[in-house]
Amino acid sequence: MSILVYIEQSEGAIKKSSLEALSFAKAFSEKIGGGEVVAVALGDIADDELTKTGTAGASKVLHVKDSRLTSGIIQAHAEAVAQVFNKIGAKTLVLAKSSLGDAVAARLSIKLNAGLVSNVVELPDTSSGFKVKRSIYTGKAFAQTEMTSENKILAVKKNAVPLKTDGATAAVETLELNLDDHNFSTKIISTDKATGEILLPEADIVVSGGRGMKGPENWNLIEDLAKELGAATGCSKPVSDIGWRPHHEHVGQTGVKVAPSLYLAVGISGAIQHLAGVNSSKCIVVINKDPEAPFFKAADYGIVGDAFEVLPKLTSAIKAIK
Amino acid sequence: MKILVCITHVPDTTSKIQFTENNTQFDKNGVQFIIGPYDDYALARAVELKEQLGASLTVMNVGESDSDPTLRKALAIGADDAIRVNAFPKDSLFVANQIAHIAKSNGYELILMGRESIDFNGGMVHGMVGELLGMPSISPVMKLEVEGDTVKMSREIEGGKEYVEAKLPLIAGCQEPIAEWKIPNMRGIMSARTKPFSVVEPVVEEGNSRVISYELPPAKAGVKLVDKDNVEELVRLLKNEAKVL
Repeated sequence: MSILVYIEQSEGAIKKSSLEALSFAKAFSEKIGGGEVVAVALGDIADDELTKTGTAGASKVLHVKDSRLTSGIIQAHAEAVAQVFNKIGAKTLVLAKSSLGDAVAARLSIKLNAGLVSNVVELPDTSSGFKVKRSIYTGKAFAQTEMTSENKILAVKKNAVPLKTDGATAAVETLELNLDDHNFSTKIISTDKATGEILLPEADIVVSGGRGMKGPENWNLIEDLAKELGAATGCSKPVSDIGWRPHHEHVGQTGVKVAPSLYLAVGISGAIQHLAGVNSSKCIVVINKDPEAPFFKAADYGIVGDAFEVLPKLTSAIKAIK
Repeated sequence: MKILVCITHVPDTTSKIQFTENNTQFDKNGVQFIIGPYDDYALARAVELKEQLGASLTVMNVGESDSDPTLRKALAIGADDAIRVNAFPKDSLFVANQIAHIAKSNGYELILMGRESIDFNGGMVHGMVGELLGMPSISPVMKLEVEGDTVKMSREIEGGKEYVEAKLPLIAGCQEPIAEWKIPNMRGIMSARTKPFSVVEPVVEEGNSRVISYELPPAKAGVKLVDKDNVEELVRLLKNEAKVL
């Protein structure tokens, strides 16, 4: 039985989070001993980009070429994916937890009469019934959840499985759907997006600054280190509240939740609300001049020192090992 | 216009999360419950819209009687009346069905809630309600203006935002900076005591998922401190020990 994976694109490129969702689906199909992994991609996107889904585990990509689907209109995407799901007789849909993925998955769960579990952190346990482990309380706990519906949707959290890169090429098939205009009643007027940067929710390394950076004019120190590491930049809530950095960089309980391999926090004291946004990181490094900063208790490594001294040295030291 | 705001009754963000009954129950002992922070943003924006548009504002929750003080607080902040669906919120689908039923019966044109609850973080209920009612559902919304029957919003996407327009009726999952949280004043608190507050029984709906057990993440081993004059050592540890570089 096929596992369908909903693929998101950004400016014509498949999002890394979607490749992770494919890797998850492939690993799951291997675990249960079978099932083809089929990707569904919507809107304008080049064939050679679509074949890349193969490396992450897809054997086939179903491409719905309707240009109206290129932008992420929630209702339209949900309707398109539902039609594809039914067409191929899938029972399981896997997608990456994301701004669009969450919104689409919720509508799909009603359309497909499917159970939906979000923030999935590991492969389901199908030894008796269908159990899924998900992250809850903003990363402070996990819940083993039993799904009882026949159709199932899993929204996968970053780092649930390693990204697969050794798969074969996927075959691309185009698919025509009949999508009524009312699915497109929501209009996306424009998009305002940082270009060329590594997206914070998808980054493997994140460098974040807090009020200890003393002002937006000092962010070049954070950016230099991030550039050297190939990292995304983040910030604490006070920093985005006072407008030193844009809101989409705010990491924490009510901001972006990240799950990188390495999280470096500079001049952030470590309020519990900030920790809630970073506690899924594999390794946390804290740089703070206050040895009593609560963040050190949640860190794997720490340096007690002035950010303005430590950051340039650290950037040079990273450069030196390359 | 009739506005509905759906709120969750959740542990304060500073709560220590623990479980009892062999890890099958959340330990409420010593935990303070609040309006979900995202729902609080939705409520604050709804109060502004109420004043601006002369709208009516109903607040609802699906929960047991311990949610009542949380709903009273929402009344004190500015909602006109409150509805509690008297049921344990089994899962997202169950909650969405209750909201859809109330919304359909009362004809709300704008339904706001937080982008997600901070206990289960599903972020699904608004989309489910939207699909159940055949309305657009937009989330996470950072800005929302109503102009006639058009709603202009900005929605957060990875690395930025997009500007979205849709017609009423619609549902939005909200987050900062849509409005500043409002703190109830004394007049609000006094008037909340006499505002209409109804408790209704749930419509019969089964959920389709069930939590079997909870677990806490493994404790951190403790921080390894590196001297500030020896950052090369940190780089070495990250590369060779943590293997993250």
